[in-house]
Amino acid sequence: MPIDPKKHEMPTQAPEVRAHNFNEVALGYTEEVAVAEANRCLNCKNRPCVSGCPVNINIPDFIARMKEADFEGAYRIISESSSLPAVCGRVCPQESQCESKCTLGIKFEPVGIGRLERFAADYHNEHAEEAPIRPEPNGHRVAIVGSGPSGLTCAGDLAKKGYAVTVYEALHTAGGVLVYGIPEFRLPKRIVAKEVETLKALGVDIETNVVIGKTLTVDELFDLGFEAVFIGSGAGLPNFMNIPGESFKGVYSANEFLTRSNLMKAYRDDADTPIQKGGKTVVVGGGNVAMDAARTALRLGAEGVYIIYRRSMEELPARREEVEHAEEEGIEFNLLTNPVEILGFNNPEDPRDPRNGFVTGIRCIRMELGEPDASGRRRPVEIPGSEFELHVDTVVMAIGTSPNPLIKNTTKGLEVNRRGGIIVTEDGLTSREHVYAGGDAVTGAATVISAMGAGKTAAKAIDEALAGK
Amino acid sequence: MYEIIRKRELNPTVTEMHILAPLVAKKAKPGQFIILRVDEEGERIPLTVAGTDPEKGTVRIIFQIVGATTAKLNHKNAGEFIQDFVGPLGEATKTEGVKKVCIVGGGVGCAIALPVAEEFHRLGAEVVSIIGFRSQDLLILEDEFKACSDRLIVMTDDGSYARQGNVTVPLKEMLEGGERFDEVITIGPLIMMKFVVAAVKPFGIPCTVSMNPIMIDGTGMCGGCRLTLLKEDGTRVTKFACVDGPDFNGYEVDFDEAMSRGRMYMHFEKRAYTEACNLFART
Repeated sequence: MPIDPKKHEMPTQAPEVRAHNFNEVALGYTEEVAVAEANRCLNCKNRPCVSGCPVNINIPDFIARMKEADFEGAYRIISESSSLPAVCGRVCPQESQCESKCTLGIKFEPVGIGRLERFAADYHNEHAEEAPIRPEPNGHRVAIVGSGPSGLTCAGDLAKKGYAVTVYEALHTAGGVLVYGIPEFRLPKRIVAKEVETLKALGVDIETNVVIGKTLTVDELFDLGFEAVFIGSGAGLPNFMNIPGESFKGVYSANEFLTRSNLMKAYRDDADTPIQKGGKTVVVGGGNVAMDAARTALRLGAEGVYIIYRRSMEELPARREEVEHAEEEGIEFNLLTNPVEILGFNNPEDPRDPRNGFVTGIRCIRMELGEPDASGRRRPVEIPGSEFELHVDTVVMAIGTSPNPLIKNTTKGLEVNRRGGIIVTEDGLTSREHVYAGGDAVTGAATVISAMGAGKTAAKAIDEALAGK
Repeated sequence: MYEIIRKRELNPTVTEMHILAPLVAKKAKPGQFIILRVDEEGERIPLTVAGTDPEKGTVRIIFQIVGATTAKLNHKNAGEFIQDFVGPLGEATKTEGVKKVCIVGGGVGCAIALPVAEEFHRLGAEVVSIIGFRSQDLLILEDEFKACSDRLIVMTDDGSYARQGNVTVPLKEMLEGGERFDEVITIGPLIMMKFVVAAVKPFGIPCTVSMNPIMIDGTGMCGGCRLTLLKEDGTRVTKFACVDGPDFNGYEVDFDEAMSRGRMYMHFEKRAYTEACNLFART
């Protein structure tokens, strides 16, 4: 049978329908399609896909199981390497990782590895009934700071080895960026909750409403008897552009906009937490967070949503599928454009006019690409005289985050780099003995899977350090 | 879940609660705040800590019933639980080197000012407190302030109790009469703090204000609580009240912007409050 040159298409909600609801966009393969897609895998000898995966999932082996419709078997192979398969199958940028290395991809479209991973994980979550087996306790205790992808991964790996693990979460729900940042339509919250439940079943203790650096310090965690601490506190502080008008009402950081909608459920009419809905929205930035914010604004009822990004589509860092979905839904891309000022309402006659201080528009300037900069990407430069205004009601700044200083400020001897990222060795060890770190707290804003990789590396190092004790 | 150990009505619109939260009680210092959620569907609201009892593990909060969430909170009684309670957040009020301080509190802001006054008193500083209310029926914590102040001046806007006028009247009198403080600390409505700062400014006395903007996480993550400081050299600096504050140099705060931002969700809040009140009226 000749190989289908194209990936089996992912069924999705129609764009005109999904633009008005928060249900998941991608609906997942059926069993038949999953098997057919698995059969596109050549099972080549050199297995380049594995090296493209930050957690080195044994991809050809799990796909081999799927060819035989042994989905539980496939899931078991994935879960040897990944603690959050249902999450990664949905949010990993496969096109720049495993699938970018696929041998089939040289001539045709690569195997839909991410879609197969998602199928195996969903199949397991629907069918598996037995609780995971709790390993024999090994007598060691480890504290994890933050319940995002790096923390949950580190916790899962250690719990499977018999460590007593406590995860401290500052917010009221576990999951970190998976619950406050990534929207329901891309990653349903029930999936994150299910992964957290699996960890709990393994014996992981999750303490919400504890801010490490405030409620307890890292040093106090050692006083409480923990022998190692992993810091996966994420990249907390939102960046703004420092242009005039960023304090007008209706200007949000992407963190705030998404947290209101996702974690606080402001998209529901019965929620207690407000969010500005309707009107026109502009989102500044070109990453996954920008796509999430734009598509959230649309679903909240915006009459028009614009992305403003200073480079071109080629440099736009968001996951390809999200960009395609956003375009299909009618999000308008203003590329090679940069904001210079946010405009607000001011009635000079009446200082009590309730419209005062609300956003009315954004002034932008066109850009062109010049010489490559330090990152190797061509630097965008302003085109003089090309300024123009867009009339909008809401502005969302999705231009990245910086690491949160709460832990650095309260942990003596913890070294950070110029940008505030915690300095670690290859094993994730910080400048403090028995204190490890990983994820965005180290790297600044990056991907879910690279954070998971860091959590995994640290778990291995912690095990090596403590097992002999 | 966090148990409400005690509840007391301070006046018809202001309630005091003691919440069992041992980790917070052990750590919280005057000037810091907590964030709570009343129930599973509730919003996160910041409230400044109005005192702690580390031995009993309780944290005192005092809140004014201004919206849906505070109305729901007020509906809970001792022995009942609130969903989430996290803290202490923000930086504590700085007390070093202050030997004589004037604490100026307005309305429910007095609840936040009290532990600050108590702390200075405990440290041996001379404390002069000025507390102001719209009228006698809104007066709170007079006895507590008396106990920790070397001098206490009570003001009501309508003259229904003590002296008539707003808090800046006695403050100006003292300053113009030659009295000096190492610091003036003011906590209350933004408009009051703005006028206190203006009153103190000609005398060159450091003036600290406590900001309480709209927040979600309280750990610096959302930036919703941002405010602008106008530096002497003319630059505008953005700060996050939750991690950089809540105390700021009053001379630098852009109060007009803060007041505008505080009204962002006014319409939403009015509607939510009406709905909450209707809900309670039915039950």
